[in-house]
Amino acid sequence: MTTTTVVPKSARAVRRIRRRAAVGRFWASFRRERGGIAGLVILAVFVLLALTAPLLFSADHLKVTEATGAVLAPPTSGFPLGTDESGRSVLALVVWGSRVSLLVGIAATVISMAIGTLVGIGSGHFGGGLGSVLERVTDWFLVIPFLPLAIALATVLGSSLLNVIVVIGVTSWPGTARLVRAQTLSVEARPYLERARVLGGGHWHQMSRHVLPNVMPLVLANTTLTVAIAILSETTLSFLGLGDPFRVSWGSMLDSAFSNGAISAGAWWYLLPPGLCVVAVVLAFTLVGRALENVLDPRER
Amino acid sequence: MTLAPADVAPQEPSAATGSARGRGGLGAYAGRRLLTGVGTMFFVLVFNFFLFRLLPGDPIALYTRGRNMDREQLRELRRNLNQPIGTQFIDYLRNPFSSGVDSTQFSRPVWDVIGDYVWPTVVLLSTATVLSAVIGIAIGIRGGWKRGSTFDRTSTGITLTLYAMPEFWLGMVLLILFSVGVGPFPGIFPSGGTITPGLDPWSLEGILDQAWHLALPAATLTLAYLAEYALVMRSSLVDETRQEYLVTARAKGLMDKLVRRRHAVPNALLPTITLVFLNIGFVVSGAITVETVFSWPGLGLLSYQAIRGPDVPLLQAIFLLFSLSVVVANIVADIVVAAVDPRVRT
Repeated sequence: MTTTTVVPKSARAVRRIRRRAAVGRFWASFRRERGGIAGLVILAVFVLLALTAPLLFSADHLKVTEATGAVLAPPTSGFPLGTDESGRSVLALVVWGSRVSLLVGIAATVISMAIGTLVGIGSGHFGGGLGSVLERVTDWFLVIPFLPLAIALATVLGSSLLNVIVVIGVTSWPGTARLVRAQTLSVEARPYLERARVLGGGHWHQMSRHVLPNVMPLVLANTTLTVAIAILSETTLSFLGLGDPFRVSWGSMLDSAFSNGAISAGAWWYLLPPGLCVVAVVLAFTLVGRALENVLDPRER
Repeated sequence: MTLAPADVAPQEPSAATGSARGRGGLGAYAGRRLLTGVGTMFFVLVFNFFLFRLLPGDPIALYTRGRNMDREQLRELRRNLNQPIGTQFIDYLRNPFSSGVDSTQFSRPVWDVIGDYVWPTVVLLSTATVLSAVIGIAIGIRGGWKRGSTFDRTSTGITLTLYAMPEFWLGMVLLILFSVGVGPFPGIFPSGGTITPGLDPWSLEGILDQAWHLALPAATLTLAYLAEYALVMRSSLVDETRQEYLVTARAKGLMDKLVRRRHAVPNALLPTITLVFLNIGFVVSGAITVETVFSWPGLGLLSYQAIRGPDVPLLQAIFLLFSLSVVVANIVADIVVAAVDPRVRT
């Protein structure tokens, strides 16, 4: 055959094109959010810093026994941000600290999002017994104050990096669950779910193919806000001495600064850098989260 | 701490769907709310019981870590913990406030210890809550009414930055600035405690001295909390400005100031007032670290000491106390809001 026929596009190709167009539209409106872009830039810098930390400063910089500087000395040319109580470079500690803080923030958020989305969709989808039990449990966990609960859990579990992640993850999901539940209820009222039910779609099919994709954008916006809170929580728990004692994070730096008299020594170079990093990263995640909400929430347009 | 906008959104459907005076008056609502509140309290009690029992490890080792106990006490403790879990649970429900084990650091019953530390926390937290709510709401009203103005953009920037700060770090920075002193400026505020030793707390001089000690920790918590109130107040006022009744009010010829004060603000206040009560849980969290930084002898500092011990019986009691006060605050918040706004009585 020599005539060229128009090959009908496969369903998969059509879906790919539509998806690409949707992402394009999303990016076009996100780009107009100045705060969101600023947040993205800050985050890119910190992620780069965290990934390249071993290249910038060898791990020897973290060893107390290898420390070369004077104790709690103000910034000099050799130590641009001064030294800590054992003579280590504060700059090296801050750069290495970004790894733990970001890792804990993101990993804990993944746990929290998974539980929150599952419980939220479940309690919205299943009316009757299971739904109301899930809703009750969400409400119960919502009222238990976060930090006392996290402290109790961390004390009982013991302090390690994994435990900090788990503690923050399992204590911060109820807000997400409530949000997802509200969204699920509104999605479930739409006609295409009725259609799916009529055609014999099971619970799993309805939840995974219809409800979840419609709830995801909201979860995404919520995720960035949750990372911000998780990083703050990590800082707080480490400051209280409940973090991993063998790893440097911004929170554990603030803990040692406080415990070793950096305040009365007026050692601002030890206190300011980790705190400012926390503020920058948390602010960046918050800005991105707010920008996402603006883009995804039709009311704001 | 949760972020303001995410927190407010889900409240709206319930407010909108509640048919006005549909299901009885305030009394009936309060009754139902009390009932679910009791359910929540029961859950907290049960959770508190199992949290410290079902986790791996020897409970005796957990309870007595960092403390020498004589053999007789250990045997007594082991006998209690060796009873069937059901019996233990019933014993616990009879009197949840006696764990049977003294604080390992103070060697006194835990609730006696806690009693000594309640008052300073109440003073600090109520001062900070009132100040942050008043200042935060004022900022939010001004910013939200003139959305996009210079004031709005500046105040949103500042409040978002304050929101991103760990409270205790802000406290430490304030301590260095105003208590230790920087360069030529000497520190003018005390670095910790509630009163200069030797002063009579009830004399005029003593009261002023206590206010002097309160200033920095209260300022820290106020700055840390006002951010959320300002953000929530702003966003709920922005929501109100889209409502049609404001067009009506303007069409009547009301001055802009009166439209704001009589129509928009009262409606927008509701989510913020709810938040002030609901925030007690977060306020408590902030107190733990800030009291530690300022050596303020309240429940927060006591928690810190209990963590560092670790003093598990004391920690458990503090957890119970904090959780129950938050549950009570939630019930009060819901009933207060229902009294003001009949729409939420569902």
